[in-house]
Amino acid sequence: MGFVSVLRHTLAWKLWLAGLFLLVGLGPTLAEELVGQPTPWGIGLQPSAGPVKEAIHHFNDLVLWIIVPIAVFVLGLLAYVMVKFSARANPNPSSTSHNTILEVAWTVVPVLILLVIAIPSFRLIYYQDRARDADLTINVQGRQWYWHYSYPDHGDFAFDSRPIPTADLKPGQVRNLSVDEPLVIPVGATVRVMAVGQDVIHSFFVPALGVQKYTIPGRALETWFKADRAGVFYGQCNQICGTNHWFMPIEVRAVPAEEFKTWVEQAKKKYARADGTPAAVAAAPAAIQQLAALPR
Amino acid sequence: MATATDTHHHDDHHDHAPPFFQRWFLSTNHKDIGTLYLVFSVIAGIIGGGLSVLMRMELQNPGMQYFADGQMWNSIVSAHGLIMVFFVVMPALIGGFGNWFVPIMIGAPDMAFPRMNNISFWLLVPAFLLLGASAFVGEGPGAGWTIYTPLSDSQFHPSPAMDMALFSLHLAGASSIMGAANFITTILNMRAPGMTLHKMPLFVWSMLVTAFLLLLAVPVLAGVLTMLITDRNFGTAFFRPEGGGDPVLFQHLFWFFGHPEVYIMILPGFGIVSHIVSTFSRKPVFGYLGMAYAMVAIGVVGFVVWAHHMYTSGMDVDTRAYFMAATMVIAVPTGIKIFSWIATMWGGSIELRTPMLFAIGFIALFTIGGVTGVKLANAGADVILHNTYYVVAHFHYVLSLGAVFSIFAGWYYWIGKMSGRQYPEFWGKVHFWLFFAGANITFFPQHFLGAQGMPRRYPDYPDAFWGWNMISSLGSYLSAASVLVFLYVVYRTFTSGERVGANYWGPGATTLEWQVSSPPPFHTFEELPRIR
Repeated sequence: MGFVSVLRHTLAWKLWLAGLFLLVGLGPTLAEELVGQPTPWGIGLQPSAGPVKEAIHHFNDLVLWIIVPIAVFVLGLLAYVMVKFSARANPNPSSTSHNTILEVAWTVVPVLILLVIAIPSFRLIYYQDRARDADLTINVQGRQWYWHYSYPDHGDFAFDSRPIPTADLKPGQVRNLSVDEPLVIPVGATVRVMAVGQDVIHSFFVPALGVQKYTIPGRALETWFKADRAGVFYGQCNQICGTNHWFMPIEVRAVPAEEFKTWVEQAKKKYARADGTPAAVAAAPAAIQQLAALPR
Repeated sequence: MATATDTHHHDDHHDHAPPFFQRWFLSTNHKDIGTLYLVFSVIAGIIGGGLSVLMRMELQNPGMQYFADGQMWNSIVSAHGLIMVFFVVMPALIGGFGNWFVPIMIGAPDMAFPRMNNISFWLLVPAFLLLGASAFVGEGPGAGWTIYTPLSDSQFHPSPAMDMALFSLHLAGASSIMGAANFITTILNMRAPGMTLHKMPLFVWSMLVTAFLLLLAVPVLAGVLTMLITDRNFGTAFFRPEGGGDPVLFQHLFWFFGHPEVYIMILPGFGIVSHIVSTFSRKPVFGYLGMAYAMVAIGVVGFVVWAHHMYTSGMDVDTRAYFMAATMVIAVPTGIKIFSWIATMWGGSIELRTPMLFAIGFIALFTIGGVTGVKLANAGADVILHNTYYVVAHFHYVLSLGAVFSIFAGWYYWIGKMSGRQYPEFWGKVHFWLFFAGANITFFPQHFLGAQGMPRRYPDYPDAFWGWNMISSLGSYLSAASVLVFLYVVYRTFTSGERVGANYWGPGATTLEWQVSSPPPFHTFEELPRIR
């Protein structure tokens, strides 16, 4: 009796069908909600949440498929040589020290391999460089030791995003990654990021979105990303910036467009200053005080 | 390869050596100065390696267990890097083996400037002390070995600790520049009659290229250090945007030195590996001219790729494209060397003594480090790998498993020549296998951590990174144990090592040092050898 006919004739068949419909119904929703964070014993890149990271994944796969066989090839040659030409196996060494064909080959073939890598590599960096038809712009400013985000397209409201101390973590929050006020963006929007500096150099780094840019005083650097699906994408400061360099994480939340609009309206009220000016706190003096307070 | 037809020396070991203080503190003898450098690098290596074990202990588990705060962590991380680069690898390869063997290999009685040679060594002592002391002053020098501004500027590192570290680097830099001038003059002017440049041993070639890199790159470091010192203390604004300066200028100037610096650290190792592979395969090096000029090409191209360390600093996309292409070019001469070493072994009669194990280990592991470098060269992928543990894995493979392997290889190859006593073969092999296992277990998992997004210079991390961090830390303890085995090997060698003659490696050892006694007389050549 075949598998399907057995199923057809049992209650399990009805349950199985119901389960299938449930999965198909809920599947897309479940699949869309992505958490961009490292996983225990993870080996490869974090899952991709948007087109920039997708492109990086494709390129990364190409490079891996080239460099791993090359390394295995060299290791294999070494192992072979050690066995085949050991003193016991080959007591009389040759004195060959030239072979024009070989020398040409191992010069030309690496050049060809590098070309195979270089052409998609150039395409990738030009794609990543700046947003085409950005839907919104966000200013990202690294400060000792938190992030300061502002939304110039939405009335320039601004807020600080600080890590949750370990002692205050609530269920569902991730140690060293969760923040009090995440950076909220709409799903499917092309987001232009302007990275600006305030005190020292920090690095805005969100692996799942495929983005990293230094925040350098005196410069405004552009990059971009797009979140293809709703989710939470974590990142961390990635340029040494002082004592809490390891404890200024980034949390980006991609929400459906309607939810984003609601959030913007709430944010404008929540982060409004009494005198109406956007938040632009000078952070450097605060950092000096923190430094001076270090026990030394 | 050139061989001497005639070497002529008077009494052996006790001839003409000055009294103790004059001999060891006022030396003008390249062999004694080489010994001083080697001893210095071992001591510094124990300290720098000890710091790394402390770091791995902290990183073994999530949370902060041993370090008081992030600033102390940052200082230790920075000290570890600076010590390993400036006080371990460079002194061992250039000051140690370079001084010992370049004059002998070219048939010269000593270096061109024997007294300046001594100054180069002794400058390292106050340099190292200054750096060590800086960790105990104020907040310590916690800006990484790369000391980017504004973090390294006075607003964010107000105490003298950073200034002490900067002066330490100035002294070490002066030591290197003088040493470079010494090597270039010696190699270009003092080769014995008959030794043309194209008959020079490959180790001498590697030292010549390294010396040119030092001569051209280290003064730029001196410049950027001085600019930072004046920004910190004398009101200049080279790197301060509020005064018209630019933090990115610091990065350009630093890496213009910094990239040639990493080739400075590896090129002498290339030379040593060529000698060892040839000796233990009993075959001449395959493609000698290709090997020599590959090193020249690596040195030259190494000067025009510096900004691949700055892909996320906001450079224009066309600029990034150039640096990507130039960086990938270096893979070609490097590949030529890897394949030439394998071709040297091909058809040979290979004996797997300890120096050969380290040399073959070098070739295998430098290849792994090199290909991860090819991935990082691509700015598009570097966007998510820059400053992660993938970079840490890459440079530790080429440095800990490359340069350090070549240092051990050279030690095992030449210790009989330098001391007159041979190392115990069994324990040498134990040291190799322990270190091989330990270093790979330490650094291979770091590729995974980097791919998953773990940033570097972090004392604590999100819990998901725990697994591979634990493995990496266990590997580091194994490596630390292997260092203890090495110290035992050193002890056994000097107390009960078998006494050896001029050429204890056999017909595969064809360079001039194997024609003189072990150890060579205080003055190696009383008469110039003539090269056939």
